Amino acid sequence: MSLIWTSILMPIIGAALVAVSSSKLSRSIALLATLGSLAALTLFAFEFPAWNNGQYHPLEAGPAWLDAAGIRLSVGFDTVSLLLALLTAFLMPLCILGSYTAVTERVKEYYGWFLLLGASILLAFAARDAILFYVGYEFTLVPMTILIAVYGGTERRVASIKMFLYTFLGSMFMLAAIIYVAWENRVSTGAWTFDIDTLTATAIRLPASAQYWLFASLMVGFAVKVPLFPLHTWLPLAHDQAPTAGSVILASAMLKLGTYGNYRFALPMAPAGGTELMVVVAVLSIIAIIYASLICWVQTDAKKLIAYSSVAHLGLCMLGLFALNPVGAEGAVFYMVNHGLSTGALFLCIGMFYERYHTKDTDVLGGLAKKMPVWASFMVLFTFASIGLPGLNGFIGEFLCLGGTFIAEHDGQSGYPGVLGPRFAVVAGLGLIFAAMYLLILLGKIVWGPLREPHHDAGHAHACLPTDLNAREILVLTPLAVACIWLGVQPQPMLKAIEPCATRMLAQYPDEVQRLKEREAQMASEALDATNLAQVPQQGGAR
Amino acid sequence: MDAIGPRLMLLAPEILLFGAAVVAAVLGLSRRHAVRAFLPIFTCLALIASLALMPITWTEARANEAQLVLPMLGAFIKPLLAGVGILLVLVSAGSVDRGFEAAVARGRTTFDPQRVVAGEFHAFFLFSVIGAMLLCSATDLIWIFLAVELVSLPTYIMVAVGGASRRSGEAAIKYFFLGALSTAVFLYGFAMIYGSTGSLELDNIRTALAAQAAGSGIDGVALAGLILAVLGFCFKITAVPMHFYAPDVYEGAPTHVTAFLAFVPKVAGFVVLVVLLACVGWTGHSLVDGDGVRVPYAGLPTPLTAVLWMVAVLTMTLGNVGALLQSSVKRMLAYSSIAHSGYLVIGLLSGGAAGIEAICFYLLAYGIMTTAAFAALVALERRGEEINEINDLAGLRQKQPVMAWMLAISGASLVGLPPFLGFFGKVYLFVAAFEADQFALVVIAVLNSAVSALYYLRLATVPLVAPPSARSEEVELVPTRWPWIAAVVCGIGTVILPGFLNPLVRAAEVTTKPVADVTAAAPSADPSPAPLSSNASERP
Repeated sequence: MSLIWTSILMPIIGAALVAVSSSKLSRSIALLATLGSLAALTLFAFEFPAWNNGQYHPLEAGPAWLDAAGIRLSVGFDTVSLLLALLTAFLMPLCILGSYTAVTERVKEYYGWFLLLGASILLAFAARDAILFYVGYEFTLVPMTILIAVYGGTERRVASIKMFLYTFLGSMFMLAAIIYVAWENRVSTGAWTFDIDTLTATAIRLPASAQYWLFASLMVGFAVKVPLFPLHTWLPLAHDQAPTAGSVILASAMLKLGTYGNYRFALPMAPAGGTELMVVVAVLSIIAIIYASLICWVQTDAKKLIAYSSVAHLGLCMLGLFALNPVGAEGAVFYMVNHGLSTGALFLCIGMFYERYHTKDTDVLGGLAKKMPVWASFMVLFTFASIGLPGLNGFIGEFLCLGGTFIAEHDGQSGYPGVLGPRFAVVAGLGLIFAAMYLLILLGKIVWGPLREPHHDAGHAHACLPTDLNAREILVLTPLAVACIWLGVQPQPMLKAIEPCATRMLAQYPDEVQRLKEREAQMASEALDATNLAQVPQQGGAR
Repeated sequence: MDAIGPRLMLLAPEILLFGAAVVAAVLGLSRRHAVRAFLPIFTCLALIASLALMPITWTEARANEAQLVLPMLGAFIKPLLAGVGILLVLVSAGSVDRGFEAAVARGRTTFDPQRVVAGEFHAFFLFSVIGAMLLCSATDLIWIFLAVELVSLPTYIMVAVGGASRRSGEAAIKYFFLGALSTAVFLYGFAMIYGSTGSLELDNIRTALAAQAAGSGIDGVALAGLILAVLGFCFKITAVPMHFYAPDVYEGAPTHVTAFLAFVPKVAGFVVLVVLLACVGWTGHSLVDGDGVRVPYAGLPTPLTAVLWMVAVLTMTLGNVGALLQSSVKRMLAYSSIAHSGYLVIGLLSGGAAGIEAICFYLLAYGIMTTAAFAALVALERRGEEINEINDLAGLRQKQPVMAWMLAISGASLVGLPPFLGFFGKVYLFVAAFEADQFALVVIAVLNSAVSALYYLRLATVPLVAPPSARSEEVELVPTRWPWIAAVVCGIGTVILPGFLNPLVRAAEVTTKPVADVTAAAPSADPSPAPLSSNASERP
């Protein structure tokens, strides 16, 4: 437990130190703080005993924050949240390293907010108390809004406000839903608590109609964050306007809060609602995949293209989750981590050429492989990872998500309430082809082909940056590249660790299918009774 | 009614403050500048002294002996009033008589007792706070009426003299006439309550209403009286349908007085409403169904519930939507204050122990975060005039980073972002609403919070993020540092206090203590007769 708190508090202490230090020192402090956080989390992961059972660890309750409402400072990880927290902690130092030259004014504030952002995301992943989760989940908005609004592009204020409002509206519904479950728990047990496991146990006993609304309100909150079509419109703008490091954390960690929320709250808490609404979510996910892919195809802004591709990829991830079988869920979780790696890396790559040319327009730029061969090789690698080339990390997750969807046809044997099946998988599979198409077009435009540079050649606006990547930038991208390749070649340990979690998350669904059947049978018999009853008075009247 | 002894002890803080108010009025006339400058500090010291008296004098035994409806309500509300009152004194320090004092200091004019108002201002300030405190120990309707007037009358004058511009005169007149109207409305209501129950004493009214409820349901006259009283007090809490004055008065009044108006009369209004509705009780009512059978019913009597429901919904919605359209910070904060009243009415409607505690806690959070915003505004000026346009705050961060941060923190807390204080206030209110099965109200409040994010975000981002304009370049600190200090204290409180939720909530829970057994043991779903008054059955 103390290691978890160390990893959360390190960035916060770092932010406090940054606030009182000088601008020059601030980035070193920030780097040290995030490295410390990563180290603490890695140590925790090494002695993590729950890799293979899908349980939380540690399980003991934390100190009380608000006795009267049973809000406790309980933290703990299961495999999934630990992986996502590790991903966040892993990206944080890289982002800070990657911001050295990109941020030149209000430097102290930048690193301070960045550290707070990291801390609140880690808190959200680590929380075992629903209110604590909400605090972390919601507080991410503050630093992110400021990072975009202060350090962003020309439309930064609109972008930041849009992001804030969308997410805030969604999460208010989520908060109401969480308090509702806690209230139901209070009614049945007489005590207030926001412990996630307890709330889940309460929620699954609620009547189907209550679960339906519970699921819908949780879903509204998380769908905004994912983002799911049609609530995605804030994302491309936010990504486009955010500074590079902000985009990386937004795509890699913050969006995962949405899918993680589904994994942790919406799906396990409301199996009846999930069963009933899975088709809706699946259809929306597929629309997101196809629609975002088509937009990517005509997109000339490299950063927006990656942002829309995120919408498409997370659509696939959601489809995997809502296939409601362990294969799809496993794939979705695996994909969450790997999308974080490859998309984060792509944003970093784009940030690097943006720093050199001050444009992201793929019509103006081209053939950069000639000038920046090292950058080009990284870019190609990460693009392939994002496309899902076998042997790289993206492939496994995509394949499992699609596979899960494909087999999610209720055959009465698996016990899971899948209704998606090949129809859905085939349409979603089109998204993969589109992804290959638009990402290869992007590569073709900016990496290969004849060399094109902006007319005014701002190429050396940054006197300190060489034509190709410098050692620092290579240092930023190398760990990501290694992770992408390693997870592509050796996914098995991680998949094995995710599997029990996926099964545990869906534990209620076979029962739910059973209940659904019983309910249908009951309704049928009631309908029969009703017709019988209707006949009785007629007979009586005749008599 | 031989409870004079304990009741006088209960009133010790008020008596002390009353003496201080008289002294303050005299001190303000002193020819020596040092004495006049000492006035705000003197007022603060008086409030601190009364704060120190409260825990000694307000004991459970005495409160019970005084036969109060909610004996321990004052144990939370009075310190809250005194504590925030101290901050409000700091906010107004240096603003009253500013021009005249500056002229005297420069030797342009000689001191003329007829031209200073600081003494009166501070005396009226204390009178108004005393009025709000007295409401906590109200035992009959006349007392309520007198105390409410003691809250209101000084505020009319404070609006007029606090900054003495033409607009503040207009605001004061508006405030006065509408205030008089609201007084007429609730007095009419009181008369009807008296007509139906035959008593002015709250204890007897409660007994009579409980008897009516146990019999054929609460009398129509009493209900009409209660509804009129509630609507009359909507003026004090700036709730629909009596909210119209708020934007004009808040904008016209000097900002430091606006800070006062946004807090003290509102607390007074909610205390009255809590006490009145506690006489009705949130349990033990029933409805006649189609077959003429009385069905027990959770919550207030249906007509009251319906009125409060509409008041809550309209108030939040109009407040938030109205605030969206404002370019003036003060008007925006006025609408925000309306909206927060709407949230608080949810607590009234939900009632029971949870609702009352939620109201108390929310008033604390609201007081601190709103005062932070107003104090930051008072601490700034542009060309010697107070800030009114939100765009004047653009880029404030570059010249006045601390005030910019305080505005941002206050905005974040008002919108209900975790982990600031306002968030927990909202959670508490939602919990109370769920306990009373008011799901729809929660959803509406949630939607409203989302709408409110639009304008609070402006309050937070304009000072921090927007580029400075030619107008906002001229914004600077006022000569006196007291408002600055008040803003910082409130801002820090907004951030730090969530770390001390347990003691705060325990303090709020005290307010329902002697009746908590009744309400907690019988949640609203379980209607037990004779609510909130265990001794009702012993009386005829």
